Amino acid sequence: MSGIVEVKGLSKHYGKVKAVDNVSFKLEEGKIYGLLGRNGAGKTTIMHMLTAQLFKTAGELKVFGEEPYENDRVLSRICFIKESQKYPQTFRIADVLNVSPQFFPNWDAEFARELAKDFQLPLKRKIMKLSRGMLSAVGIIVGLASRAPLTIFDEPYLGLDAVARKLFYDRLLNDYAEYPRTIVLSTHLIDEVSQLLEHVILIDGGRLILDEDAEALRGRASNVVGAASKVEFFLAGKQVIHREPFGGMASATIMGALTARDREQAAELGLEIAPVSLQQMIVHLTGGNRSGKEAAK
Amino acid sequence: MTLPMDDSRPIFLQIAERIENDILEGGLPEESQVPSTNQFAAFYQINPATVMKGVNLLVDQGILYKKRGIGMFVATGVRERIAEKRREQFYDQYVVSMMKEAEKLGITAEQLTEMIRRGAKEQ
Repeated sequence: MSGIVEVKGLSKHYGKVKAVDNVSFKLEEGKIYGLLGRNGAGKTTIMHMLTAQLFKTAGELKVFGEEPYENDRVLSRICFIKESQKYPQTFRIADVLNVSPQFFPNWDAEFARELAKDFQLPLKRKIMKLSRGMLSAVGIIVGLASRAPLTIFDEPYLGLDAVARKLFYDRLLNDYAEYPRTIVLSTHLIDEVSQLLEHVILIDGGRLILDEDAEALRGRASNVVGAASKVEFFLAGKQVIHREPFGGMASATIMGALTARDREQAAELGLEIAPVSLQQMIVHLTGGNRSGKEAAK
Repeated sequence: MTLPMDDSRPIFLQIAERIENDILEGGLPEESQVPSTNQFAAFYQINPATVMKGVNLLVDQGILYKKRGIGMFVATGVRERIAEKRREQFYDQYVVSMMKEAEKLGITAEQLTEMIRRGAKEQ
């Protein structure tokens, strides 16, 4: 078993609010995961529980086979880059890089310096004085140079421009190829990262709604367009995740592979079928979730 | 630069198609070495496991073969094999959809044939 993280029935409740509700998944060694979902879906709460910064309400949680709470064997192997990491008031970028080896046994100081140059960071500048983008770059450098067996990035690129984001994806892939490890990218910007991911975990309203190989998901959803009544007829018995009427026409997105007979039927009804991108599928699964379900009734 | 991958189809299939295209167009001659998984991953900015899946698909079909410790190579005689496969797909991929569109527009088979002749002349 090469399970890095095993989570069963994990929940975090605040009174009646179920921030995370009965979530189960596994993270395997050496894969890049996407922890996806809208803002407020519960992604960050899950990451805080994985990294022992928040107590769970219920469920089982094993990281490297052990409970993470106050467990140095586990925590020394994790690098968690938070969306808004706090540093001591007086720290400069250089200080962050200098103390990092104490927390991360695999720290590569030379790699960190190279990255700092790539991202054009002023090493002597105080962290407090950095722009949002520079602060994100510091997090990215720490995350990559830590080479932690479990590295988690929570929305790592706030404030970064397109060039810097591309640089991040570049360095991440290169270094991952050389030093394979388990990486979790948590984000709501799906289009940019989807090709980096091997596996997708999708959270919506505190619940897990997808846990699948990214490649298996591509082409899983289809869009059907045609005369509204014929589209309705075709949709019977299928899992509809999105619907959009316009005039006498309708467009609907269905999950699940279409059989040869489905395609024949669609052709007979004069319907057009087109594949849906991974990003569109996820948008429909989360954004239009409620209306989609209601419409399906 | 490179065309982006289509996110609505498995990317490993697209990797396999692109390698086949390079073989067809002569960019990857028979018995030449194919870029490594990591080079592909870096170039297209995609997950190395996805690249590996695409490359392995071509290995299973005998289009690429592995030299231990060196890398992947294009097998001999596969250029014609790929061309043959593509010719078979040509009808379904291009002719069928062209006929459908022509029907919608009221273009007859004769008119279509005439257009193809004209196209061939102008090429």
